[in-house]
Amino acid sequence: MNRDSNLYTFIFAALMVVVVASVLAFTSQSLKDLQNDNIRKEKMQNILSTVGIEIDRDGAEDLFNDYIKEQLAVQNDGSIDSSVNVFRDVKLALELKKPADNQDFPLYVAEIDQEKFYIIPIRGNGLWNAIFGYISIKDDLNTIKGVVFDHVGETAGLGAEITQDWFKERFIDEKLFDSEYNLMGIKVSKTNNDPSNLDKLDHEVDFISGATITCDGVTDMIKERIGHYVPYFKSIKESENAMAFSSISNIESNIN
Amino acid sequence: MSKNKVLLTDPLDDNNPITVQVLGICSALAITVQLKAAIVMSLSVVAVMGASNVIVSILRNLIPNRIRIIVQLTVIASLVVLVDQILKAYAYDVSKELSIFIGLIITNCIVMGRLEAFALGNGVWRSFLDGVGNAFGYGGILILVAFFRELLGSGNLLGIQVIPDFFYEQWGYENNGMMLLSPMALITVGLIIWVQRSRNRKLIEKA
Repeated sequence: MNRDSNLYTFIFAALMVVVVASVLAFTSQSLKDLQNDNIRKEKMQNILSTVGIEIDRDGAEDLFNDYIKEQLAVQNDGSIDSSVNVFRDVKLALELKKPADNQDFPLYVAEIDQEKFYIIPIRGNGLWNAIFGYISIKDDLNTIKGVVFDHVGETAGLGAEITQDWFKERFIDEKLFDSEYNLMGIKVSKTNNDPSNLDKLDHEVDFISGATITCDGVTDMIKERIGHYVPYFKSIKESENAMAFSSISNIESNIN
Repeated sequence: MSKNKVLLTDPLDDNNPITVQVLGICSALAITVQLKAAIVMSLSVVAVMGASNVIVSILRNLIPNRIRIIVQLTVIASLVVLVDQILKAYAYDVSKELSIFIGLIITNCIVMGRLEAFALGNGVWRSFLDGVGNAFGYGGILILVAFFRELLGSGNLLGIQVIPDFFYEQWGYENNGMMLLSPMALITVGLIIWVQRSRNRKLIEKA
């Protein structure tokens, strides 16, 4: 057949597409389990690193099962939907597209040396693409224990620096709420007057020069995400107060 | 045999894709901050170029002339996707580090340049040697640049600290952060070209 005829060209192109598509589809299917396993373990690794546990990917699963005691699907009104397997089924990227009333807000509760930590996945927009991470809160439901950030495509050397330790360390021990338990969030601030970050009550950390939009994205995603957990946190605090109150009245009645 | 050997050795020096033909500079700047990434990138390019040259050379008498560029691109792109998928499954950390640059092998001018210039007109074995030779020529420079950038920029090689602590503590040695930025990769490539031409006189253009 003439190599320059239209028919030959079409047949060649069609065959090529079929062959290439099947080869790629086959590889993708046969490697899928290994790839998903890597992604799943990395997620465990990230969750653990917010509470100060650094572990390689292969060891992450065992420690995750040891330390993470509860995985809750918090609802917007503060209740818990116990029918949801949050680690496996809740994809934050998809949840964010739903109205807040229909979203599941994942919450991981870790217990390490008798201390309780609440770990919240966060996700928002950077300059070029999504930014995301985890933030862990101590059991006063206010102080940050640790954070981890990652991104899809922020500028290397500028926005991409949010993944670096020196940036993440700025968040440690900062408070999310004011003394009245109103949500303040953490502002990644250009006008921060506390560059050495000694004031842990100012709800501010220093920002990264040249990464304004990424840093604003970090500020926004923390405040937006944590906001949905406030009703649940308040309900925990109320029940703790009620328990404290009842134990005090028990003591009083015993005295009387 | 010696004619075939030239195919393999020529791109390492006399006809190096980066320092002589000045192709593939973009990735040479982008992924030479760390030696490990540069090595994986080089191996990926060797795999992609070897395989794509062989495939195109086998098909060279079947490919319709009018869509030959499209065919070449499809071959390269599918091989690159394969490499990317395999890295994601077996070398997840490296694939995260290289992120988009694996995908960008597709746009690496060296790959398509060799297909168009060589594989379309030569036999399978010779095309394979040519592809692998050029990929080694490219990878060699990449690794050389990454060696200096990682050593001077972060004091490490392959992620392991090689500059001893007393350099920093007693002699006040500082890592040169500028080596981590792209412009210094260009300057390093420039220095390599300088050294190469002062040793290999025939590369110097007549004025």
